[in-house]
Amino acid sequence: MPGRSGPVTIPPMQDDIPTLRRILGAHRTIAVVGLSAEWHRPSHFAAKYMQSHGYRIVPVNPRYPEILGETSYARLEDIPFPVDMVDVFRKEDEMPAVARSAVGIGARSFWQQLGLRNAEADGIATAAGLDSVWDRCVKIEHARLFGGLHWAGVNTRVISARRPV
Amino acid sequence: MADRQFRPETLAIHAGQIPDAATGARALPIYQTTSFVFDSAEHAASLFNLQTFGNVYSRLSNPTVAALEERVAALEGARAAVACASGMAAETLALTTLLQAGDHVVAGGSLYGGTVTLLAVNLRKFGIETTFVDATDPAAFAAAIRPETRAIYAETLGNPSMVVLDIAAVADVAHAHGLPLIVDNTVPSPCLCNPVAFGADVVVHSATKYLAGHGTTLGGVVVEAGRFDWANGRFPGMTEPSPGYHGVKFFETFGDFAFTMRCRMEGLRVWGASLAPTSAWQILQGVETLPLRMERHCSNALAVAQILRDDPRVAWVSYPGLPDHPQHDLMRRQMRGASGLLAFGVKPAASGGPSGGASAGMAAGVRFIESAQFMSHLVNIGDTRTLISHPASTTHRQLDEAQQIKAGVLPDMVRISVGLEHIDDILWDIDQALARAVGV
Repeated sequence: MPGRSGPVTIPPMQDDIPTLRRILGAHRTIAVVGLSAEWHRPSHFAAKYMQSHGYRIVPVNPRYPEILGETSYARLEDIPFPVDMVDVFRKEDEMPAVARSAVGIGARSFWQQLGLRNAEADGIATAAGLDSVWDRCVKIEHARLFGGLHWAGVNTRVISARRPV
Repeated sequence: MADRQFRPETLAIHAGQIPDAATGARALPIYQTTSFVFDSAEHAASLFNLQTFGNVYSRLSNPTVAALEERVAALEGARAAVACASGMAAETLALTTLLQAGDHVVAGGSLYGGTVTLLAVNLRKFGIETTFVDATDPAAFAAAIRPETRAIYAETLGNPSMVVLDIAAVADVAHAHGLPLIVDNTVPSPCLCNPVAFGADVVVHSATKYLAGHGTTLGGVVVEAGRFDWANGRFPGMTEPSPGYHGVKFFETFGDFAFTMRCRMEGLRVWGASLAPTSAWQILQGVETLPLRMERHCSNALAVAQILRDDPRVAWVSYPGLPDHPQHDLMRRQMRGASGLLAFGVKPAASGGPSGGASAGMAAGVRFIESAQFMSHLVNIGDTRTLISHPASTTHRQLDEAQQIKAGVLPDMVRISVGLEHIDDILWDIDQALARAVGV
């Protein structure tokens, strides 16, 4: 890739529309690290939205036994089945450890939520072959590309002559 | 690979409208319905909690109106937009969402008359004070800021004063004080100026004007850039649980389109000045040709300004597209054209006519307007038709003379919104009306 000078250089984030459509279309089981049980918290909004759009939400939060009707696990490593995406609502300095766990459990994508962009964590995920997205909300991107956000007057940047699928 | 950045001509036709999911309709369907069914009680709850996006009731959102909202947001290079019943509704929605009793606004002095009244009379009734300053002087905005100031408001191109706002300089003043800059970008339209690119935080439009473009339909739009830090301590309504919408924290939940969501869920929901779906559709027919029309509005207006400047029957001409306009260079830095509005004063006849002074100029201006053949005497702007008006006796008559001067309205001022008729015909009508007005 042009501009890469060594292993520490982070390639630009892959957040073009085809890449996000591919990730959100194929990665259907989402572990949400730091998911809150409080209905008005952003993590709860996002997870509830994804759940209602057919995704399996796997809460990762040691403070609760169950959130949104799903068993909540203390750590990613405790989840007894495969996870496609690790979606993280934690403080930025915790990101590299979460990224290592995501790699360890065989996740296919590592997603840092809106406002979070830890380059080290991105490097860990990318080096292990995961799709890595940062500073984006999984709910907002889904709604942007698969309908919904448009109705809220948001500039989705989708220009197309095909019916939405 | 990075997504393509489409140009305005393409966005004006495509942004916000992909083929209809249900029918494949290529042109925009008019969703003429008040309400939308819920799939289940759970779906209804999620919609009311704002946990999923969807339509509930057309006072809040409607798919046809949404196409206009997204298209204007895209043309402005902004994050989101919400449409309203008129331009005044858009201003009112933006300001009442942001402000409460005890707050203060610093506003550019050369504003549309309805806006002056909104700020100086109507919002004042609710305990919101406004200080009007010289819109050409960024330092004057800074000097008027108080601890309780919560917004700076101005027009990117003043109507009818033709004053050009130094958007970047005033945005710097606003941001240095933790305030958003709200600008009315109606006269340039998103085609000629994108205030967000120069630092504006909220942009309002009267879509009635160039966006719709054909003098048929009222509408307004509030546009949000998506960059302002509402968590700076001055805007608890954006960060604290909303009593107006059952405890939602708008900024935390919606981030860079939080202001738009709050305008919609708190403001439109209770004030109710929503845009009708049919109106949104009519405005969008205009928007599709906006770049083509603005090109011609600009070239026709420049030709009119050049002719008037050299006409001995004309006392003065104000058009930012003329090199002698005091802000011509600023206009060129900020705008892709000077738009279709210009103002001039008719010079009373030197001899045999009424004596000189303001009243003579005013009388000559009125005679000019009454002598036009196809130029229409009315108070709108941004029509296909050439429109003429006398602001001192119409749009700005509610203001006293001092307020009129502050708004840039001189007694003899004639405003022309130059239309899309053939330029030779427009120049012919101006020439014959001038001849009748001054007897030469």
